[in-house]
Amino acid sequence: MENRITSLFNRKDKNIISIYFTAGYPNLLDTVTIISELEKNGADLIEIGIPFSDPVADGLVIQQSSEIALRNGMTIHLLFEQLKEIRKSVSIPLILMGYLNPVMQYGIEDFCKKCRETGIDGTIIPDLPLEVYEEEYKAIFERNSLSNIFLITPQTPEERIRKIDRLSTGFIYMVSSSSTTGVKGGVDDEQISYFERISGMNLNSKRLIGFGISDKGSFERASNYANGAIIGSAFIKALAGDSTTASKVTAFMQKFF
Amino acid sequence: MSYQSDNKGYYGTFGGAFIPEMMYQNINQLQNCYLEIIESDSFKQEFKQLLEDYAGRPSPLYYSDRLSEHYNTHIYLKREDLNHTGSHKINNTIGQILLAKRLGKTRIIAETGAGQHGVATATVCAREGLECIVYMGAVDVARQSPNVEKMKMLGAEVRPVQSGSKTLKDATNEAIRDWINNPVDTHYIIGSVVGPHPYPDMVARFQSVISEEIRVQLKRKTGRETPDYVIACVGGGSNAAGAFYHFLDNPEVQLIAVEAAGLGVDSGESAATTQLGRPGVLHGSRSLLMQTEDGQVTEPYSISAGLDYPGIGPMHANLFETKRARFLSATDEQALKAALYLSQKEGIIPALESAHALAALEMIDFKPDEIVVVNVSGRGDKDMESFLKYYQSVK
Repeated sequence: MENRITSLFNRKDKNIISIYFTAGYPNLLDTVTIISELEKNGADLIEIGIPFSDPVADGLVIQQSSEIALRNGMTIHLLFEQLKEIRKSVSIPLILMGYLNPVMQYGIEDFCKKCRETGIDGTIIPDLPLEVYEEEYKAIFERNSLSNIFLITPQTPEERIRKIDRLSTGFIYMVSSSSTTGVKGGVDDEQISYFERISGMNLNSKRLIGFGISDKGSFERASNYANGAIIGSAFIKALAGDSTTASKVTAFMQKFF
Repeated sequence: MSYQSDNKGYYGTFGGAFIPEMMYQNINQLQNCYLEIIESDSFKQEFKQLLEDYAGRPSPLYYSDRLSEHYNTHIYLKREDLNHTGSHKINNTIGQILLAKRLGKTRIIAETGAGQHGVATATVCAREGLECIVYMGAVDVARQSPNVEKMKMLGAEVRPVQSGSKTLKDATNEAIRDWINNPVDTHYIIGSVVGPHPYPDMVARFQSVISEEIRVQLKRKTGRETPDYVIACVGGGSNAAGAFYHFLDNPEVQLIAVEAAGLGVDSGESAATTQLGRPGVLHGSRSLLMQTEDGQVTEPYSISAGLDYPGIGPMHANLFETKRARFLSATDEQALKAALYLSQKEGIIPALESAHALAALEMIDFKPDEIVVVNVSGRGDKDMESFLKYYQSVK
């Protein structure tokens, strides 16, 4: 399946920088600005978070951004509306990341179709288990050329990683430690040995490392063991404050180059 | 039709295990070994012994002359309020702590609403010498302070949760996050028949001792093993699951589940999930869920912290959908009134949760020769502040 994610990895397989942000944060209408500015400033891939009232896999920073985004009025309907014209100006891969319940209420089939129409390349739905995806949803995702991205953690058994590798069409999201998002900062030796163990498995899928990646140092360290890394909470934190959203995005991204 | 879960944890279309990958190892381990462990002879023996000698089981099945006379039928109260720690919650925590020990876990986490499950967890952790951390919504910490003090005295750490509505749902989120951050040494003792498979089934099994005893006690007292009605309150639904369990396949037994209507089902301040909810996924299972059009979970409300939850266990969602159980709801006011009535007619102060079950007695036309069992899931010591406020207002 050829889509923007696979083309990206074909073109570039080191130091891919992927940025997560919560749609509707800090302001309801920031979505397109943030995406455009991220692309302009060197992001290779963007994960657009759909806010949920009960984000159990997320630490405080993303929880709070989700709360504010919901209070601002963000919904999946509105998000698709905001992204309607996005492919006229943005060419890097875009992924939607959100919890299962809002997607389920929107309707999985409709959601996938809308993703295709909008030019969304993939999804990350952390509480949609592999087994349910495989049995119930895989065909729908494939019909709409959507890559569903799966997570692995330091606890994921080898056999399961192999299975995830076979099912993955975009990349594997390596959760850097046993953690919710934005909790454990930096990259320590225990994590390095986990990264090395996964590198040694010679998986077919490309890998990005996320959770706890917050600055240039941790980004580079993680990138040594994968095709790149994902930054979420640190970026959300950088979006707080008074100056314009565009200037905050630029200032944040410049630290990585 | 079976009302039990299948081997993937589904009750009809409800249940399952919708968990992030970070929880996979722990949940998968539980799924693979819980039945083998809890059905083993050594486990069963230890569990039974502790239920008897430590929790004080069997709990009495008490014939209430005054309620029977008032409602012109035969009313029995299943006295879970007389258990050690003051509610049915101890049945489950004893079971789960024995399981956690066999899994080699050294650190226990729990969520709590009214604090009854928190106290029951802190209690068994004290007895086993295991570290215990209880997550409790900040609102609940304030309204159930006696239980907070008890947990602390028992050596547990109580972590107030500031997110969302600061009640049971948010405490559950935070406990799940803790487990994600501490996957190796920690066991999460969920207090209700909610959560990913195998929790709903496992907790229901541990609580099923309630209906197992009712059958034996009723037979001894009346010659009949099955009553005409079993009435229990439902938040997540663990006491109801336990009280219904051994009657699920006796269609002649009417199962009555009573939800918290709060200020009224249509008031916007309610926790009556079956009336206000639709199918959705929260805390690892598919069930009925109070939510907005967009799938955001709505904040429930009830005066009773133990019923203040936007969902119900998948077993109950299935009992509702298949109409095996009848779901009623009682308002704050109706529950308070029922609590006052039981206190003054029988000398039993029930928990606010259990008072919702008692309030349902007003809503059903019983026949004089029928047998009704109400599960008094807990005692009301923790609710004195709410009770006093009410009595002063009605005096």
